[in-house]
Amino acid sequence: MERVSVSYGRHAALRDVTAEFPPGAVGLLGPNGAGKSTLIKTLLGLLPPGSGRMRVLGHDVRDAPLAIRARVGYMPESDAHIPGMNAVTFVGYCGELSGLPRADAMQRAHEVLFYVGLGEARYRNVETYSTGMKQRIKLAQALVHDPDLLFLDEPTNGMDPKGRDEMLALVRDIATNKGINLILSSHLLPDVEFACEHVVVIDKGAVATQGPIAALKGTTGRVFELRVKEGGEAGGARFADLLRAEGIECHGDDSEVMRVFVPESRGSQLLFQLAARHGVQVRHLRPSVPTLEDVFARAVGEKDGGA
Amino acid sequence: MPIHDQGYRHYAGQRARHGRAWWVIARAGVLERLRERRFLALLLFAWSPFVVRAVQAYLASTFPQASFLAPDVQTFRAFLDQQRVFVFFVTIYAGSGLIANDLRANALQLYLSRPITRVEYIAGKLLTLLIFLVAVTWLPAVLLVVLQVMFTGDTVFVTSHPYLIPAITLACALQVCVAACAMLAVSSLSRSRRFVAMLYAGIVLFTAAMDQALRLITGSRAWAWVSPQDTLAVLIDATFGMSTEPAVPVLVAVVLVAALIAVSIAVLARRVRAVEVVA
Repeated sequence: MERVSVSYGRHAALRDVTAEFPPGAVGLLGPNGAGKSTLIKTLLGLLPPGSGRMRVLGHDVRDAPLAIRARVGYMPESDAHIPGMNAVTFVGYCGELSGLPRADAMQRAHEVLFYVGLGEARYRNVETYSTGMKQRIKLAQALVHDPDLLFLDEPTNGMDPKGRDEMLALVRDIATNKGINLILSSHLLPDVEFACEHVVVIDKGAVATQGPIAALKGTTGRVFELRVKEGGEAGGARFADLLRAEGIECHGDDSEVMRVFVPESRGSQLLFQLAARHGVQVRHLRPSVPTLEDVFARAVGEKDGGA
Repeated sequence: MPIHDQGYRHYAGQRARHGRAWWVIARAGVLERLRERRFLALLLFAWSPFVVRAVQAYLASTFPQASFLAPDVQTFRAFLDQQRVFVFFVTIYAGSGLIANDLRANALQLYLSRPITRVEYIAGKLLTLLIFLVAVTWLPAVLLVVLQVMFTGDTVFVTSHPYLIPAITLACALQVCVAACAMLAVSSLSRSRRFVAMLYAGIVLFTAAMDQALRLITGSRAWAWVSPQDTLAVLIDATFGMSTEPAVPVLVAVVLVAALIAVSIAVLARRVRAVEVVA
């Protein structure tokens, strides 16, 4: 994608987005309303961009949307099905719509439904399915025509913990063992971290950061969890401000435990020295490892708020 | 080792070229409707006038005393007029949910995220309804002509009325196209099939009542343009070469029917989208 902008009326949903999605599993991460779904719909050619260029699987989205859609599968965020059909008819019908012969579409519908764990429920009307089953059948209809690229929009929405784990295991299996490229859109950091190797972080319609997750996590230096005693000359929030003033990155959370990023060259002693200098008691200091959450927090600018 | 692994496998078969999805959609729509017994009963009931007309043709051709029943062009015009009520009910039954149900189930994004254009989607839905409407108008009318030829044992009836089958075809085409386009447009306006059915029925019945009321008040038939059904009747009369003075000029009726179809297409173009944009 090169400098793609999309607007809903006067509201800019994507602003000058330039991003590259390498082969494999790529996470599209961002808070609700960041523009993730808009980006996917734009890549599918469902939303015309106001400006910019996009290429998917070697095709320009403006010139060959049908050629692209024949090779991609789309699992929408919201509940979606064809009314009045049971699961196997629905998935087979979707296969036929994607160009598969009728017999092949039905055979693949059975196979894909077994693959996503709906084999025993495949003759039930889709409208009677639970939320978790509806997520699975949306994945099945996206897979039935054996796409080269999958767009998964919030695939674990509304699923219980067990179902969520199974869905993520499926997503990872699709990307790693079945050789299908996928773009996983989610606001859930653990989902993206579990299933993807690359991430594109998007916030307020713009790309905040992108790259391999390992590389993005590795640039943060040494990480410590830090809790200081409130009150006195400098409370926790104020100490965080002092750390930032010293050039040390610091993210807070609701449990009053800060995640402090100390440059590789400097150790925990620096934190003790600063605490001593400002009369703050260090109550908890534990080495940690960089997570995608840190990457996300830094990218979307939570660090500016310090909370 | 299992005989057949029910897991995910890559597909190595042939894929169809783009442009046949409209047929897949239409076929699925027709099969889904035919699974409903109530709808099958409606279709069978819609053929009851055909049975009556077939008996009429048989009696006229078999018994000289009943020759006054012999069908003519007027008979076929009257037959199509009788079928109007079945066109109305079949349109509501088979058409009201065509797009409304897809809107309710968010199915449009599933359709349009595949190699399908909006035109193909609309064509598939339109064809679903057209097939049923043709089955209750053109098909029985043409079968009546065939039966008439079979009962009389010669082709005199057809040769003496060479424009009958083209007239039936054109009249049915007008009737089913207007009904199907209008219903599809109304169906795209709501997520509720019942609301669509009531809205369509309301439009048809209200405009017909308006026409009748204005005729009574003013004493003029010129208000037929208020009702799409009556405007259509003017065109069908003209198609069959009826000698009665048309309620509105034929040219005006043509323009009105064309405008109705154009408005329906415009509504469909606006409403059938994968992404609903509320700006």
